[in-house]
Parts: sequence; C-alpha cells; structure tokens
Amino acid sequence: MALLRRSSHLIRPLTSPTLTASNLTSYLRHSFSSLDDTPITVETSMPFTSHNCEPPSRSVETSAKELMTFFIDMATMRRMEIAADSLYKAKLIRGFCHLYDGQEAVAIGMEAGITKKDCIITAYRDHCIYFCRGGTLLGTFAELMGRKNGCSNGKGGSMHFYKPESGFYGGHGIVGAQVPLGVGLAFAQKYNKEDHVSFALYGDGAANQGQLFEALNMAALWDLPAIFVCENNHYGMGTAEWRAAKSPSYYKRGDYVPGLKVDGMDALAVKQACIFAKEHSLKNGPLILEMDTYRYHGHSMSDPGSTYRTRDEISGVRQERDPIERVRKLILAHDIATEKELKDIEKEKRKEVDDAIAQAKESPVPDPSELYTNVYVKGYGVEACGADRKGVKAVLP
Amino acid sequence: MAMTKIGRSSGTSRFFNICRWTTSLANTTTTTTRDETKILHTTTTSTSSKGGGGTTKSMNLFTAINQALHIALDSHPRTYVFGEDVGFGGVFRCTTGLADRFGKQRVFNTPLCEQGIVGFGIGLAAMGNRAIAEIQFADYIYPAFDQIVNEAAKFRYRSGNQFNCGGLTIRAPYGAVGHGGHYHSQSPEAFFCHVPGIKVVIPRSPREAKGLLLSCIRDPNPVVFFEPKWLYRLAVEEVPEDDYMLPLSQAEVIREGSDITLVGWGAQLAVMEQACADAQKDGISCELIDLKTLIPWDKETVEASVKKTGRLLISHEAPVTGGFAAEISASLVERCFLRLEAPIARVCGLDTPFPLVFEPFYMPTKNKILDAIKATVNY
Repeated sequence: MALLRRSSHLIRPLTSPTLTASNLTSYLRHSFSSLDDTPITVETSMPFTSHNCEPPSRSVETSAKELMTFFIDMATMRRMEIAADSLYKAKLIRGFCHLYDGQEAVAIGMEAGITKKDCIITAYRDHCIYFCRGGTLLGTFAELMGRKNGCSNGKGGSMHFYKPESGFYGGHGIVGAQVPLGVGLAFAQKYNKEDHVSFALYGDGAANQGQLFEALNMAALWDLPAIFVCENNHYGMGTAEWRAAKSPSYYKRGDYVPGLKVDGMDALAVKQACIFAKEHSLKNGPLILEMDTYRYHGHSMSDPGSTYRTRDEISGVRQERDPIERVRKLILAHDIATEKELKDIEKEKRKEVDDAIAQAKESPVPDPSELYTNVYVKGYGVEACGADRKGVKAVLP
Repeated sequence: MAMTKIGRSSGTSRFFNICRWTTSLANTTTTTTRDETKILHTTTTSTSSKGGGGTTKSMNLFTAINQALHIALDSHPRTYVFGEDVGFGGVFRCTTGLADRFGKQRVFNTPLCEQGIVGFGIGLAAMGNRAIAEIQFADYIYPAFDQIVNEAAKFRYRSGNQFNCGGLTIRAPYGAVGHGGHYHSQSPEAFFCHVPGIKVVIPRSPREAKGLLLSCIRDPNPVVFFEPKWLYRLAVEEVPEDDYMLPLSQAEVIREGSDITLVGWGAQLAVMEQACADAQKDGISCELIDLKTLIPWDKETVEASVKKTGRLLISHEAPVTGGFAAEISASLVERCFLRLEAPIARVCGLDTPFPLVFEPFYMPTKNKILDAIKATVNY
C-alpha cells in the first residue's frame, strides 16, 4: 500500500512539463544508483515523545525517489513563498498573506504519509498545503493576486485556498474555527467506511481556543478518525507560546486523547508520524500530533517577525534545522544526486515560479458579476448598485 | 449636567454648542481651566465635535483612544485593559504605554480566546471593576457573542439588580479598510443593536472617540465600542488633552440643511459629508446627523430633523438587509409618516459576504449616496 502510494504520488503531474518523475533520472545526467523505490532507512533527528501511546520507531523507510521529490517540492514551495513576499511588497498581492517558509516539511511529510482521499483542513497559512495536495503554481499566484484563474476563482485570496478533488478543505481565516469542521469531516469518513482520516491543522495560538476542546471531546467520544495537528511554530502572531499557554506541551493537552510530539522540520519524521497517526486513529480514535516547527517570516506580511524574536534565533534555526537543508544532506550522503544537480533543480524551480507569476499576472480579474455569485445556491433576487453610478441590477445567481 | 444646543439655520454648518461634562475623576496633571460653560465654535470639517476647553493637540484616532485609556486607568485604580497583544501596544497601537505606566497587573495579554476574554471581563466587572476588553478585530467577536448577549446584556435584569456588569467595555476595530477582505472588514454593529441591555457606541473622529470612550468606560452599563479602523491613522484632529466626556445616546447634527436628512456613524460619515458637499453644488441642502450611540439611539434628534426636511437617507457599510438602517427607517416611519415626502433611502453594503477584490463595488460610495440623495429629493 505504501509503495503504491509513493509511486502514484510521484506520477502526479509536477508543475513543470520538463521535470517529471519519468525523466527525472535523465535530468540528473550522472549515472549512479538508479532512482527507484529501493528502501533507504533513515533515522529521524530526534525520537518521538508520546503521551498515552507507544511512539513509532525512529527508523523511517524512504527511497531515493521520495527524497528527491521532497527536495524538489520543498524547493518549489520555498521559492513560491519568497516570491509571494516580493509580490506583496510590489502591491500585486493585497490583503493578507501568511507565509509558510520554514514549515515546508510538515506539508510534504504529511502528504507522503497519506492519500488524496484523506482530508486535510487548515487555517490561513495554507499555500503550501494546497500545493502539496496537488495545487498548481498558477492556481496559487492567481488566487493570491485575486485573479480568475486562482484556485478559488479569485474570490478567496491568500487565506482561502481549496482543492476538493484532493480532499483539501481549505483555508480558514478565523483562528481555530477549522478544527470542529475537521472533526465533522472525520465523522463523515467514518460513515463512509473507507478507512480514510482527516487531519485538522491549527497553530499554537489557536490551541487555546475553546472550540478545539469541544472538538476533541466529540472526536474522542465518538471514536472518530480525526487527527489534530498542532503546527507549533512557537509564536501566536507575536506572542511566544509560553506567554499564552499554561502548558505549551500541546501534544499533551488532549488529556485522554493520546499525543505525539514530532520534529516538524524533519520531513521524514513528519511522514512517519502521519503514517502512525492514520493507523492509530482508524483503530482507536483521535490523536494529537504536535509538529515542532518554525516560520522564518513574521506572522503575516505586516509583521517583520523580529520584534518578538531575535534575528539570531531565526538564523540559528535556519542553520541548524532547515528542512530543505536536511533533505539535501541526506541526498548527498546517499549519493542520490550531486550538489550541482540540486542547485540546478532549484534554479529550474525558480524559473517555473517566475513563469507562473507571469502567467498569473496576465490572468484577468473576476467579472464584476462574480460579486453576487455563490452567496446562496439558487436565485436570490437582490437588487444592487454598481460602483460609481453604474446601475447594475443583479439577481443573485 | 445641562446641555443646550442652539442651531443656526441652513447654509453654513457652523453652529454653537454648549457642552461640558465635569467629572470628579479629573486628570490631575491637566493644566486646563475648568470652565463650566465654554462656548465652542466648530469648524466645517466632518471631524468637528465638542470637547473640553484648554490645550488641544493634533492627533489621530489611535492616539486619542490611547489618551482616553491612559486617563481611564489613571483616574480609577480598579480599571483593567486586556485582550490579545495589548501589552506591547496592540496591533493598532491603541494601548501603547499602558503596560509600562500601569503595570502588567492592570494591562495584560490574554490568550487567543474571545469567548474567554469577554466572559472573563463580565466576571471582573461583576466584582465592581472597570474591565476594558479588546477584541482584536470586530470580525472575531462572534465566539464572544453568546457571552455578550446572554450574559452581559441580561445580568442586571435577571438578578433583579443584585448584580451587574456595567463596568464592562468591549472595544473592537470595525469596518472596511480597503484591503481587509472577508475577515478584517466586517461591521457587526447590527447584531448587537438587537440586544437590550448593552449599549453600542461608534465614534466618527479622534475628538469624539476620546470623549465617547471615556463616557463608555464610566457608563454603568456594558458597552460595545466599535472603532473605525480606517480612521486610525487617517483622521487627524485637534483633541483636548484633558479629561472630558461626551454624552451617550445623543446624536449630533454636524451639518445643517433643509432638504434632506442624512444619518450615519463612524467612518461612513466622511463619505456622506463629501456627498453632501457635492449635493450642495446642485442646490440640495443636506442635514447630516452623527448617531454616535446606536442603542439606545437618539430618536428625538433624528425625528426633529426629519420633521424639518421631510426626507431621510441612512448609510452604513454593513449589508443592507437587517442593518441598523432598517430600524431607523421603521422608527421614523412610525413617527413621521405624514411628514415624509419620499421613501426613506438606505445606501448600504450589499447582501453578500464582505468581498475581497470587489470591495469598491460592495461599499456604499459617495456617488451611490449622491444618486440616492437626488432620487429622494426629486421623488
């Protein structure tokens, strides 16, 4: 099952027509041990800490192909977020923009451990989760810029990316509100009896919301296959976790719900944890995963990110724990590719991101009539004025 | 405290007001004279208002609110300010300097839990304290909605006046800001106007904000105070530096006219003022009223004005269906039916969620108001 999922994951179209799984080996021009699914066993950087359950083993099975996909995808995501930063400063992206760079390992590791039939629901830091669920760069940038070709037709913006075909339920602005939704998804999945699970992601700030505990209780009471993933980047906006929570051990806060603390900067640890969590919750009900991760940017684009933490701290994490560097070291250590090849891949991905941005810039803004679409399902019959004396009388479709 | 208003007839918007609230909890560092009957001459800008005499300083909205909070904390030892990120000054800088000056026991951050913040504030107020709770954006106030409606509004009533949470003031930035999107632009005032037992107050300018906020904090009823976030930096005005309060539940005629009455609150008044100026060029004399307190609202002032002009237009950013304009419209029809020359117009936000890129289409802009003024006058 895991093997099948890995290869299907690789066969999904990557963003560039030039770099696909099938020509990956030819792209990397050297001859070396062929990229295949031969298992490579890697130890995670730290052991898992658990609460009320047996932690999974530190040894993770991966393969050359998987490690390369991790690298390629994470490099793309990193480039995507940095490009979004520049676009925001150029005022092409407006409104709010919450960047995920530093946390890529959580998105990619989770994806590696589950299928597209499992559901993921998260808060507003959702660009990379969308991408890992099969989203395109064009869909991302067009949506960020509020254009028609965006994944939510330009009506959602940065905080509201969705992908129903891949079980990605978005993209939510109100902190913590997505967690009870995630439990609802899990309930539906249990009903369907197809052995799928739901991952409800939230942050350390949201961990203090009451609705989270309501959702935990419901999930535990009804034995739902819901996995609560706390992406603990240690700062709720500008507030450090120890200043907002009596117990910053978020994996323990479920009390009767077992929990696991995971190094969120290690994609393989995340993968292992998600595989474990899926198995566990299908049998025993909900589980909390605390991903110990870090974001390099501030909370959003209006937050420099340096008023509540030192630059030394940020650069320290970047040096010691950067997820992409970790995978790079693994790839080099196992002779899967050379440094030059990895750099070339990064350049290639940078170019792809730039192309997607150019394409997104060409994309038109949604038609003004879209203002009234999808408020309700059927016709609503409301009259409204257009801007500046253009009397547009619209019946809400 | 006596308050008299002498209105001048139309043409100009200058009028004299005599208004002075004295309070025994004055800021002792002030150097102003406590002149009881200072006559003020307001300017023609929409950011005019009454206030105390003495030294004034040019400041914007968040500074005025900050000053009001400083005064409130200084003048009453059991006043507390709390909310998300208020310690360092808040995301809009309304609470700068408070923690340093009054200590972390009185000005402190809460975790991310609106329901908890308001419930906690109600309890604190029930013990006789002045609890000033900040909700970071009005869009996030809904988890606290139950606490406000079911607890705060009904506490005095259901305990037969044995308990009350009058010391509670909830501050929240509301309204569109140009790029706020769905969850940083909402105007939820109408939801709270439907709840007897609380007051809803919305200032239009720095001078108003400082006086109204101090009144709200000292008012013995729970108050929800919405601050127009668009104006935090944009609105700059001369604001008296001393301690002064402005009356609640009193609307103000900020521009005199004879052809049509316009009613609004908060940031929308600036837009309406522009529409009035444009209408003036076409010979329509508009009377503009700032409602200030939405519940309990000053029906008399609006009624007197509509009886004079015979026409009414109400404007707000919130969606039109069920917005507060509906309440004003219904009340005025009850009171002034035979005097009305035209249907009451409402120029409000559309009945859609607050949009992202479509914000310019959604908003009740100056031209929409101008069109409605003309349509009403020419009915």
